[in-house]
Amino acid sequence: MKWIALALFAAVALLLPFVAGDFYVNLASQIFIAAIFALSLNLLVGFGGMTSLGHASYLGVAAYLSALMTTRYGFGHGAAALISILGTVAMAAFFGLIALRATGLGFLMITLALSQVLWGLAYRMSGITNGDNGIAGLTRPAPFGISLESPAAFYWFSLLAAIIAFVMMTIFVSSAFGSSLKGVRDQPRRMAALGFNPWMIRWITFVYAGFWGGIAGLLYVYYNKYIHPTSLSTTSSAEALLGVIAGGSGTLAGPAVGATLVLLLKNYASAYVERWNMLLGLVFLFIVLVMPTGIVPGLQKLASRLWRRPS
Amino acid sequence: MQFWIIQGLNSLSLGGLLFLLSSGFSLIFGLMRLANLTHGAFFMLGTYFGAIALRDYSGLNLWVTAIGAGIIVAALGGLFERLVLTRLKTNPLGQVLVTLGMAFIISDACLVLWGGDSIPVPTPHNLQAPTRLFGFVFPTYRLVLVAIAIATAIGLYILIDRTRLGAMIRAGVDDRQMARAVGIPVSRLFTIVFCLGAGIAGAAGVLGGPILSAYPGLDADMLPLALIVVILGGIGSLFGAFIGSFIIGFIYTFGTVLFPELAYIILFLPMIFVIAFRPQGLFGRLGT
Amino acid sequence: MTISRRQFVVSALAGAGAASLASPNLSFAQGSGPVRVGLLAAKTGPLASGGIDMELALTMFLKDRDHTLGGRKVELIVADTAGVPATARTKAQELVEKNNVHCIIGPLAAFEALAIIDYLTEKQIPTLGVSAAEDMTQRHPSPWYVRLTSTSAQCAYPLAEYSFKELKYKKIVTIADDFAYGHEMCAGFQRVFEDNGGKIIQKIFTPLATPDYGSYVAQVKTDADAIFLGTAGSNGFRFLRQFIEYGLKDKIAVIGGMTALDESVLRNMGDEALGIITTSWYSATLDNPLNKVFAPEFRKQFKYDPGYYAASTYLSGEVLEGALKTIKANAEDKKALMAAIRGNNVDTIRGPIKFDEFGNVIGNVYIRKVTRTDGRLVNSVIKTYPDVSQFWTYNKTEFLKNPVYSRDYPPAKNLEL
Repeated sequence: MKWIALALFAAVALLLPFVAGDFYVNLASQIFIAAIFALSLNLLVGFGGMTSLGHASYLGVAAYLSALMTTRYGFGHGAAALISILGTVAMAAFFGLIALRATGLGFLMITLALSQVLWGLAYRMSGITNGDNGIAGLTRPAPFGISLESPAAFYWFSLLAAIIAFVMMTIFVSSAFGSSLKGVRDQPRRMAALGFNPWMIRWITFVYAGFWGGIAGLLYVYYNKYIHPTSLSTTSSAEALLGVIAGGSGTLAGPAVGATLVLLLKNYASAYVERWNMLLGLVFLFIVLVMPTGIVPGLQKLASRLWRRPS
Repeated sequence: MQFWIIQGLNSLSLGGLLFLLSSGFSLIFGLMRLANLTHGAFFMLGTYFGAIALRDYSGLNLWVTAIGAGIIVAALGGLFERLVLTRLKTNPLGQVLVTLGMAFIISDACLVLWGGDSIPVPTPHNLQAPTRLFGFVFPTYRLVLVAIAIATAIGLYILIDRTRLGAMIRAGVDDRQMARAVGIPVSRLFTIVFCLGAGIAGAAGVLGGPILSAYPGLDADMLPLALIVVILGGIGSLFGAFIGSFIIGFIYTFGTVLFPELAYIILFLPMIFVIAFRPQGLFGRLGT
Repeated sequence: MTISRRQFVVSALAGAGAASLASPNLSFAQGSGPVRVGLLAAKTGPLASGGIDMELALTMFLKDRDHTLGGRKVELIVADTAGVPATARTKAQELVEKNNVHCIIGPLAAFEALAIIDYLTEKQIPTLGVSAAEDMTQRHPSPWYVRLTSTSAQCAYPLAEYSFKELKYKKIVTIADDFAYGHEMCAGFQRVFEDNGGKIIQKIFTPLATPDYGSYVAQVKTDADAIFLGTAGSNGFRFLRQFIEYGLKDKIAVIGGMTALDESVLRNMGDEALGIITTSWYSATLDNPLNKVFAPEFRKQFKYDPGYYAASTYLSGEVLEGALKTIKANAEDKKALMAAIRGNNVDTIRGPIKFDEFGNVIGNVYIRKVTRTDGRLVNSVIKTYPDVSQFWTYNKTEFLKNPVYSRDYPPAKNLEL
């Protein structure tokens, strides 16, 4: 099952730029970016048991930093990317100190509040961020002299990034550290009694998730060549969270599937279904009622049931 | 002096509005540990019902409409709880997904049914003239709203503290397993409380209408406010929600007037401090 | 609406797979088929009111002409931007890359337009803009973008002069939403009003998601002669209602910018709006032959008067029709189409218009007063300022040397604390 899905994905991913029009290639690039973002959020939600409603902070801050560094301060893309990621990670480290004082709904609210503060600053400090007009006129980097301007080039770039992100995050959660993270999620007291430091484990995960959120943000701003405070808004955070849950939090492929679903409903189905917001809501309702733990676990269950029946 | 009195009254009236908005949320969260993210949409649905009913039927008045909208939204909430939420009692992430999903559905339905314009909810005729107090004027309706909020708080206090239903709710809030063990029908209790919470939101939507008007996006504007009040006041504590509402009313009003450049973050900074240093909220008995 | 359904059927027939993925680039040969016009409108989210009207009016415009402009069939493809910049960009790409549109009308919000203008310029898509962001036709113009409506401040200039010279106001308070549109409009109003000799004694900007306007209303300085509303959509409407509730309308006159008391706001208001003076490039009551056709027909079909948003796309249709006639509907020649649009000298529902070298409209601006006619509230025109430019009467070169209008520019020197 897993291998079939993987082979199918590989075939589609390799062929797509050759058979599909620019619009679909661009749509796929956006899917990769959304998938990286969802995967990073899932480290918190699925593996750490920390439901964040402020993950757009990292995407937005990395994007803003990159935009500011390249336009206002005249840095090259390489240096700007480095500064953006370092800045985002530093911010995640600091936010972690505050947010991890709470759990459950408190954690959700404090992450929401932190991201709202950033949104407010981006909106109000128009002298720096250009406020509601956003920052336009951005460029894409040209790593090793290869231009990313064409849809296909950017597609390969974001696909590569998505694969690296997926592998890195898979290694992270499959490692001994990942096991202790799941331990902290399920049995924090027992883990503490066993000599682990639950707070430290959560904090490291929080920062690591922030790092990948920042990477998604860089790709996001390269893709859009424009950045606006809405990228920091609760709506962006909520969309990612809904994708993670719908796809199946705590699984590796789930968030990517969920993010793809949300993105396709929003950016593709909306051309055909006028009431796409309602459709989105109905799809969520349907998923929870039919597959309460998400699409990927639901399909796995279904597949294993079909597998067993003949034998 | 006039500045402080007027803005003080503004703070009170915003606090009253916030309590009407958030008490239902607090009630539901306290008993069911369910963060009902549809709450803002229930509120908006109430406002739209009020705006449309009062526009199209001249015989109605605001109070009757508020009760009617409360009943309709309570019924919708009850259906939602029975059909959907009851299957997700041990699935908090699933709850997030369906309650937000439901909010999308409701807000899009409002857009289809009533369009994108903002629609006013008229202030009752006998309250339209501003009140004159010590030589300055203040909208009468806002003062009445504070009184309604206080009356609602007292009513809820009596319900929770003095009635059999209230005793069951309190037992459920304190210890769900124990409540079930002593024969309290917890599942039915959940439905009742959810209806009650949704109903208060629907009625509050109508009552807030003369200040807010019905418009697309009202739900998303209101939901964070309800969350802030409940987190600040303390989860599961109606008293906390009551005090929290007025604290937020004051912080918001004076914050935006005295520090306009902080207007966007004025509500979130205090929340960060409260959660970081007192995670159970000001009056909460429960951890979050 | 009908179009989306048809498209849906087509794509359903084509199947979900590679066939429908690949077809769009192949199926349209140059010069064949209809002229494809894309409309970017926010049909969901907080801006939905305007977006819906934009679609209704343009659909009506095309239907009246049997979907034929300049002798060639026209297909309209409507895309919902949801009022989100990133979505606007995706939708613009969809129109260009999937639907192969020849030109685009919209979008409404400045941040939507700013998010896509570089892309549309790169793809060389003639765009008939509706949004008001000043710099898009000033310091950063695009050869592929024209604006038919107004910059944020363009309609505010005449009202500022009118307020001082004819209404004899000396001190004015401005209030607007705290975003670029509000900043720019109030800045332009302030500049002309103060250059005439008036004083702006207070500037209030309210955050977009303000739950309660009470605290702002209570701050308004009551010794002003008037308050200028630079608001748009539901926020201005809500502010005004509170303003009245606090009994302030009896103390201070209310005047407004081009969207404050738009017909889409008026249709939900009562007598409290009577007498308010606003400025705009349009009014449903305009007495010209074209509008005498448009406004009554729109009203007949949709039961309310068209305002800023409906007129903006209908107007775009008129200009596009003129341009297509000029180039014999050869929309494939985008340079010619763009040149024809820019060279346009057609009569429209807002009166005669032409474009300056930056692609911004020069046209009439109307001072209007809310009155009750035939039982409904309308914006009756009380004065016409002909051929208003985005630079007003200022020297263009000097104008462009200054920074773009913002919250702090030009500085307000007469604020009372």
